[in-house]
Amino acid sequence: MDFQWSLFLESLPFLAQGAVVTAQLTVISFVIGLVLGTLGGLARVSKNPVIAGLAVFYVTLMRGVPLLVTLTFLYYGLPSAGIQLSAFTVGILALALTNGAYVTEIVRAGIQSIEPGQMRAARSLGMSYGRAMRRIILPQALRRVLPPLTNEFITLLKNTSLVSTIALTDLLRVGLEIMTWKANTFSPFAGVALFYLCMTLPMQWVNQWVESKYRIR
Amino acid sequence: MHAGTDGGIPMVEIKALHKSFGELKVLQGVDLAVAPGEVVVIIGPSGSGKSTLLNCINLLESFEAGTVRVAGEWIGYMPGSGGARVKQPENHINRMRTHIGMVFQQFNLFPHMTALENIIEAPIQVLDLPRDKAVARAEALLAKVGLSAKAGAYPGELSGGQQQRVAIARSLAMEPNLMLFDEVTSALDPELVGEVLAVLRQLASDGMTMLLVTHEMGFARDVADRVVFMDGGVIVEQGAPAEIFGNPRNDRTRAFLRRLQTH
Repeated sequence: MDFQWSLFLESLPFLAQGAVVTAQLTVISFVIGLVLGTLGGLARVSKNPVIAGLAVFYVTLMRGVPLLVTLTFLYYGLPSAGIQLSAFTVGILALALTNGAYVTEIVRAGIQSIEPGQMRAARSLGMSYGRAMRRIILPQALRRVLPPLTNEFITLLKNTSLVSTIALTDLLRVGLEIMTWKANTFSPFAGVALFYLCMTLPMQWVNQWVESKYRIR
Repeated sequence: MHAGTDGGIPMVEIKALHKSFGELKVLQGVDLAVAPGEVVVIIGPSGSGKSTLLNCINLLESFEAGTVRVAGEWIGYMPGSGGARVKQPENHINRMRTHIGMVFQQFNLFPHMTALENIIEAPIQVLDLPRDKAVARAEALLAKVGLSAKAGAYPGELSGGQQQRVAIARSLAMEPNLMLFDEVTSALDPELVGEVLAVLRQLASDGMTMLLVTHEMGFARDVADRVVFMDGGVIVEQGAPAEIFGNPRNDRTRAFLRRLQTH
């Protein structure tokens, strides 16, 4: 084992810079994924077969293609179609689209888990479908999908490591560079693992906080 | 002629209503008129189409043929030229539903809101009532159903009878012209039925137009202006409670009432 404390400590500031990129990728693509997933989930339960069908197509496509393939396709494929995007944009795009597909299914399941009587009661009071969704169904569904959404966030955070393959200097990439440069694996990678682990912790706290705040009594 | 067709515009006017769930024909030509202020109780064996009939009146269920009017306005569809049916726009039924209160067997209170929030939600959101006015209205209604102390309670903290009374208050907060009650005591423990029936009696004596599907025959006898017996998707017999319960003319009505008595 080639672990050295000095090298471990020395790599931390560099890893922190990579962690910032990883955090940016995670948060931005999670927020976009949430928006996509909420719209997708609403589309999935729509009575309009075209809208519902489009959502099924989107989910099938993004869930069926490995993220690494999507990244590679967008990064190396799009320029050949004359579309030049930065590595960061491609990273966000691939992560958000994939995350959005998973969130779509989470939101759909959340909406469908709410008793149909809730929608009937809301509609009987004169609420439109949209208002009933926004005021009655989604707030209840949100509480139920928090645990799977937290899971999804953590998965996304770890999946950002795949962007190291498209020349983005994220946390993993910095670790790989230190490894090559210093010819030492354990010291920088202990730091890499520690950073990923620590970054998932706040999300668990957020989850606990939101769950206790929105507890249904 | 029944009260529902005497003079003025009926509160509810249903003609030749047909409704199927796939192959199953649930309503097979129902005609019914309810006058303003009238209390009509619908009885009949399960599967006879009673609840479906109520659900057609506020279009929670669509129907294939026939017409429904509430206070003279077409519900869901209006007759077009040449016998065609013209679908009413979505915002029309939304507006009509604000005049038609409905209370459900399973209460269907919003579990993420307190009793008070349940009651003020639609008046604020749908009627654009200012919050203070909605709260004042809700507090008066909670007092009316005897639950002033429970304004801040969540549905999960209330008994079934209390939840159902909040649900009634929630419907009344829209100040409807017509109330539909779909087996509202069927999900309650027996000892909680009385408190809900008391609210319904009060409402009837206030002059509310009410259509109730219920298995509470004693209540029907006391409160109904008219009892309607349904079986097989049609109205078999209707009349004053004394007639229906005391001297039913139709064999099916007799058989149904006899079955109830043996319990």
